[in-house]
Amino acid sequence: MSDPSERSGVGERGLPGAGLVKGLAVTLKTMTRRSTTQQYPDVAPELPPRSRGVIALLEENCTVCMLCARECPDWCIYIDSHKEEVAVPGAARPRQRNVLDRFDIDFSLCMYCGICVEVCPFDALYWSPEFEYAEYDIKDLLHDKDHLGQWMGTVPPPPAHDPNGEPAKEESAAARKAAVPASPAARPAAPAVRPERGPAGEATTGDGEGGAS
Amino acid sequence: MPLWVELLLRVGGVVVAFLTLPLLVGQAEHKVMAHMQGRLGPMYAGAFHGWAQLVADGVKFVQKEDVTPREADRPVFRLAPVVALVPYLLVLLVIPLGPGDLVGQPLDIGLFFVLAVVGVGVVAVLMSAWASANKYSLLGGLRGAAQLLGYELPLVLAAASVAMAAGTLSLSGIVEAWEPWWLLWQAPAMIVFFVAGLAEIRRPPFDMPIADSELVFGYLTEYTGLRFAFFLLAEYVGIVVIAALTTVLFLGGWQGPFADAQLGWLWTLLKVFAVSFVIIWLRVSYPRLREDQLQRLCWLVLVPVSLAQLVLTAAVRVAL
Repeated sequence: MSDPSERSGVGERGLPGAGLVKGLAVTLKTMTRRSTTQQYPDVAPELPPRSRGVIALLEENCTVCMLCARECPDWCIYIDSHKEEVAVPGAARPRQRNVLDRFDIDFSLCMYCGICVEVCPFDALYWSPEFEYAEYDIKDLLHDKDHLGQWMGTVPPPPAHDPNGEPAKEESAAARKAAVPASPAARPAAPAVRPERGPAGEATTGDGEGGAS
Repeated sequence: MPLWVELLLRVGGVVVAFLTLPLLVGQAEHKVMAHMQGRLGPMYAGAFHGWAQLVADGVKFVQKEDVTPREADRPVFRLAPVVALVPYLLVLLVIPLGPGDLVGQPLDIGLFFVLAVVGVGVVAVLMSAWASANKYSLLGGLRGAAQLLGYELPLVLAAASVAMAAGTLSLSGIVEAWEPWWLLWQAPAMIVFFVAGLAEIRRPPFDMPIADSELVFGYLTEYTGLRFAFFLLAEYVGIVVIAALTTVLFLGGWQGPFADAQLGWLWTLLKVFAVSFVIIWLRVSYPRLREDQLQRLCWLVLVPVSLAQLVLTAAVRVAL
């Protein structure tokens, strides 16, 4: 209302009743347009692929590193595990590996910050857009690893890379590695403290500085 | 046809119209208002676009507890919804649907009767307001009384203009005398009658007596269940009545582009629904008038315009 353009519009008002007609026109125009309402229970909503609905667990990827549980701001991830010995034929001694016994997320505590998903070094946690997991009892919001694993099926494929965005870190790193033998000048101001990079002294300090300057 | 069969047919027809037309208008209001606001409105009751929503509402209202406040004046409180509803039923009795005999009860003083009976509405408002023993009800009721009494005047004056032009008080006679150029001649009267009619049925933007943001629900605050439903029904019958009166008095009633004798009822109904649509449209578009704006519009705009229209009508009548 305090918009200056609107105030000036009041000053130069046109015919009496023009505002009334305009009001009628707006409602009539809106009536002829299609409503954007989605009838939710009948029509599933189209959620963007990065929606934070629920956290899904890919159990095979989990190494019980506990990073997610430790980073969780409200400590809603509970992990139990035990070690198992795996005898590899031909090896000097049996290997040890962690076996996940329990991986629970209490969604009554979870604040959907996504730090666990970000911090997982082995891509064992994913965001799923699934959101219909309301319960009548708050205790039922504690979901175990089987239930979290079921949600893996609803995880959408990662969205295509934005053509205008920066290239992915993996791609740019690979390109840089591939470009090093051919033209060292293309290397952007790499730190010169790694002498074994590149064959036959190409990445020596002198060359690196020459490329940068 | 014996007299009693004819009587039964006519009364039955009016009752059917009384029960179905308001539901149609109410459903139209649900859907039109929703789409004007970018919504869908009722979609589930009755499976197809919520056509049975008002039926479901009615069933719900019947199930509700019928509460009468302890301090309320019981007989008056209980009688008020009926007093609100019956006048509109009586009005529907004399409104001609088509030419000839297609009217509940042809009355030579139809217009007089209609205006008199519609005026009873203010009694229902005052009854419900006073008997509720609730300050919000009372405030709403007094606002309603002031509004209804004020707007009665332009309503009657505008209707008188048509009666003068047609030279008769019979509603059928007015429709028969009507000619298309009256649309221009009687245009100010039509607008005054329509606006005053809106105020008479207390529709937004003239819903100051109900004003749910300041008066809870005005004189309806204490009503529950079926009695509340009666008041709501009265509001929708009121829409039908005002639309029908505007149609009959100013839009030529059953006179259509062709086949007036056979399709007259269709033209009347179409016009009634068109006017009802405008009533709904105005409700969606405009905010409520303040109490002083309401009275100002009545006394400083509508009454002078209708008086000028009377002069114009008289002048044209004398000249022709």
